Amino acid sequence: MTFQGKPKFRHPSIPTNTLGFTRRDYEGSMSTLCAGCGHDSITAAIVHACFELALPPHRVAKLSGIGCSSKTPTYMLGQSHGFNSVHGRMPSVLTGAYLANRELAYLGVSGDGDTASIGLGQFCHVMRRGVRMVYIVENNGVYGLTKGQFSATADRGSKSKKGARAADEPIDLAALAIQLGATFVARSFSGDKGQLVPLLKAAFGHRGAAFIDVISPCVTFNNHEGSTKSYDYVREHNIAVSALDFITGREPIEIDYAEGAALAVTMHDGATIHLRKLDAEHDFSDRAAALTLLERCRETGEIPTGLLYLDDDVEELHDTLGTTARPLNALTEAELCPGAKALEAINRGLR
Amino acid sequence: MRATDVKNPDYFHRVIDCQWACPAHTPVPEYIRRIAQGDYQGAYLINWKSNVFPGILGRTCDRPCEPACRRGRLEEQPVAICRLKRVAADLKDDIAGLLPKAPRDKNGKRVACVGAGPASLTVARDLAAIGYEVVVFDSDSRAGGMMRSQIPKFRLPDEVIDEEVGYALSTGATFVAARRIASLRALIAEGYDAIFVGCGAPHGRDLAIPGRGEAARNVRIGIEWLASVFFGHTHTIGRRVVVLGGGNTAMDCCRSARRLGGEEVKVVVRSGYAEMKASAWEKEDAVHEGVEILNWLVPKAFTHEAGKLTGVTFERVRPVKDEHGRRQLVAAGEPDVQIPCDDVLIAVGQENAFPWIEADLGIKLNRSGYPAIDPTTFASSLPGVFFGGDAAFGPKNIITAVAHGHEAAISIDAFCHGRSLRDRPPPMTNLVSQKMGLHEWSYDHAITLDRRHVVPQVERAAALRNLRTEVELGFSLEQALGEARRCLNCDVQTVFSAPACIECDACVDICPIDCISFVPNAPEDEVRRSLNAPAVNLDQPILVSEPVKSLKVMVKDEDLCLHCGLCADRCPTGAWDMEKYTIEMAQAGHPCRSKQPTIS
Ligand SMILES: Cc1cc2nc3c(=O)[nH]c(=O)nc-3n(C[C@H](O)[C@H](O)[C@H](O)COP(=O)(O)OP(=O)(O)OC[C@H]3O[C@@H](n4cnc5c(N)ncnc54)[C@H](O)[C@@H]3O)c2cc1C
Ligand SMILES: Cc1ncc(C[n+]2csc(CCOP(=O)(O)OP(=O)(O)O)c2C)c(N)n1
Ligand code: SF4
Ligand code: SF4
Ligand code: SF4
Ligand SMILES: [Mg+2]
Repeated sequence: MTFQGKPKFRHPSIPTNTLGFTRRDYEGSMSTLCAGCGHDSITAAIVHACFELALPPHRVAKLSGIGCSSKTPTYMLGQSHGFNSVHGRMPSVLTGAYLANRELAYLGVSGDGDTASIGLGQFCHVMRRGVRMVYIVENNGVYGLTKGQFSATADRGSKSKKGARAADEPIDLAALAIQLGATFVARSFSGDKGQLVPLLKAAFGHRGAAFIDVISPCVTFNNHEGSTKSYDYVREHNIAVSALDFITGREPIEIDYAEGAALAVTMHDGATIHLRKLDAEHDFSDRAAALTLLERCRETGEIPTGLLYLDDDVEELHDTLGTTARPLNALTEAELCPGAKALEAINRGLR
Repeated sequence: MRATDVKNPDYFHRVIDCQWACPAHTPVPEYIRRIAQGDYQGAYLINWKSNVFPGILGRTCDRPCEPACRRGRLEEQPVAICRLKRVAADLKDDIAGLLPKAPRDKNGKRVACVGAGPASLTVARDLAAIGYEVVVFDSDSRAGGMMRSQIPKFRLPDEVIDEEVGYALSTGATFVAARRIASLRALIAEGYDAIFVGCGAPHGRDLAIPGRGEAARNVRIGIEWLASVFFGHTHTIGRRVVVLGGGNTAMDCCRSARRLGGEEVKVVVRSGYAEMKASAWEKEDAVHEGVEILNWLVPKAFTHEAGKLTGVTFERVRPVKDEHGRRQLVAAGEPDVQIPCDDVLIAVGQENAFPWIEADLGIKLNRSGYPAIDPTTFASSLPGVFFGGDAAFGPKNIITAVAHGHEAAISIDAFCHGRSLRDRPPPMTNLVSQKMGLHEWSYDHAITLDRRHVVPQVERAAALRNLRTEVELGFSLEQALGEARRCLNCDVQTVFSAPACIECDACVDICPIDCISFVPNAPEDEVRRSLNAPAVNLDQPILVSEPVKSLKVMVKDEDLCLHCGLCADRCPTGAWDMEKYTIEMAQAGHPCRSKQPTIS
């Protein structure tokens, strides 16, 4: 672990965003992860994305479970709200927080163990409910924190560091998320910030459950020959199915690729996603097509990355529940406790 | 771009901005670390080997290293490199026993040095230590040259000069006091194997304007006046003094005048304040002592009455750019300015003068009429006669004179042994990993945010009472340690190995200054633009690797690197390492230069 803090000096030409912050203002404390861990690159990508979106740090809530991946919120967004919950239980804490205050931007950070093993049930329900959040799984195929046991996303036939073979069928979290109703689903690679940062920005702009499965090599326990989650393996098998630019309403639109090759999706708040299809066949708005793509790649052993599925016509949790638009902490006592008469009225309505 | 050749001794040397800028290439970060470790002796000896006069230079150096210091590009102020040199000199114990001594068996070669300034003393030190019989002549009774006769005592006390001139001569040279060399021909006839001319630039420029003759009694040439103050011939000056000129000499004149009774002392300069030749700190010190600096005034005439100076008349000028973009001064068209005064000191420059060198000896002259000297070998066209210091290329400063001395000594050594003067011995270099453990480094890599510490001075009134009261007190130990920690250890290099890199981006993400990028290879200007933080400082090199697996190249901009070691600390494969680069310039001596015994 690196004992030294990151020096405060920054490059004199470092850009500032519309809030006057530099990228460095979105950093957290020094990482205690193994040097070279893919999770640290994802942290850096999140810092980049939040900086570029000019998110006010105090309007972001970062939540996580347990694992090396779940430790990373400490290393980013030092001025944001944070909650490090129990193993696999981040989704319910996030749901609760979202119900209490829909005005914050929610970032759920989890691992493949935290999500696909112990937390699988919670994961399914948070996707089903359409909680507005960015849910990231930092997927390394192992339980890094507990020294490298296979997780439920380890590919069948892949080898552990000591040579043991993964025998069980892997869970494809992206496919699962699509099936369960997530409306923004992507896969990416920690080693490709060029792809990951725009995906993160678009996910923050999405008005529903956004899920990104980020393959993130565990440099200590899963970066060897025989692993399908190593830096080398992912680089060799990565096929990008789409490339994306996320353009907020404020920015001028400058697109440098050929007309027609791009698909513009306007989001609810006026921001636009410019999608370039690298796989001409793929229809991003078609759930079945997305699932087929994943299945086809599973057979060929390729790793499809980029945006896989997008439905911007979202009915999210607060819509279905008809809950208050104002945060609970902004309501007066009279509004929160309307009294016996109001209760009576509710009860009558249920009879 | 081609991958950077880090085997070229210049590459990492350039990264050590201060050492690269120092004419004598003093290993600055190494001695600063020694100070921080309490090894003042070691710090002193490292300096002594390179620059011969650490205590003198720690008070007076022109410090070309400081404007070059990397820290000055990251915040307002560079490390106080110069004043830390003084700390090493102030705090060391007796080091006399640690200095090299002349070998018992001499090599039979005899060398004469004309003048006992820093250039000659360096030649003498270097050559006597390796068995030469060196004789140093000076017309003055004490050695030191202008360090002794010109630099006022309130900046440089005599004891410091005595000590360090003593060390320079302690390697075995003989000093012959009060002997002026009146003829080079006669000196050559004495049968020396080589002669080094280090007689300085002793001639102070005059101002031929009306009234100069009539007012002569109260109009003095600055360097002559400073020397006469030093020799005790001058003890007082008038109440109102005008100093003409804006360089170092002018600053020493005005500050000396303040101590000899000058109450209204004005420095009057043709140029603007910012363009003055004097260093910023010299101007500040003068102003602090109550000297007034007046700019954009060109002297027109000395006014006088009954053979006595009454003042100086000035024309007001302003700067304009000519068609070549050069600055010209033109009359501002305003009324002349009359400044009444009792004494004038002229400090408008120095010139070389060699009345004792016979024209028919065969020493070729350059366009300005001075001996033509080879800038690498310091040889004149007369075999065996070498020049250095102010005598070689006109007035510069002490550290330049020392640097010339080392190179001239190498040439003299080569000349005396029949080797080509063009074969310059290479520097000794060494590159050693600083890794001590998984996340441990053998240097203090934490970056302090301390601003530059200010050197304490004696109280102004006390300083002005006595010409010999040293103004600067030097850093306290606590200040020195604080200042030493500001050094970024630029000699601890970031060394990259492409085959080991797995492209995890950890180094890119951690670097506080965004120095590191992995980009597609391209021509240099494109590469420089494509980096995470564009490398816009073209004076600073970029380190370009062999291709990594993805066929990108790693490019590191050296410009603002903090040498914090975080890249190496976060690299899982050791593709980055922090390695200390030692580079010692060759000095006259051993044929196998890198086996030369070191004294540090
Ligand atoms: C007022 C003033 C202040 C300065 N302040 C600084 C400063 O703060 N920092 C700095 O770095 N530099 C300073 N300098 C410049 C510095 O002093 C010189 O650049 C430096 O001393 C040059 O060294 P040198 O070895 O070439 O010769 P010098 O130091 O000039 O020594 C030459 C010696 O040769 C002797 N000599 C000359 N002719 C003969 C002869 N024919 N026979 C025998 N002996 C002879 C002279 O007596 C003299 O002692 C200052 C200069 C002046 C004038
Ligand atoms: C309830 C509970 N069960 C088991 C553990 C032990 N445990 C800690 S982290 C972890 C797995 C983490 O794996 P993953 O989410 O993939 O994170 P990674 O470390 O790989 O990033 C386990 C099983 C625990 N902390 N709590
Ligand atoms: S054990 Fe693996 S996942 Fe955990 S910090 Fe180390 S490299 Fe990252
Ligand atoms: S030492 Fe490494 S991490 Fe530190 S500033 Fe230099 S390149 Fe960046
Ligand atoms: S940290 Fe090391 S392995 Fe990772 S990209 Fe940098 S140099 Fe390569
Ligand atoms: Mg994991």
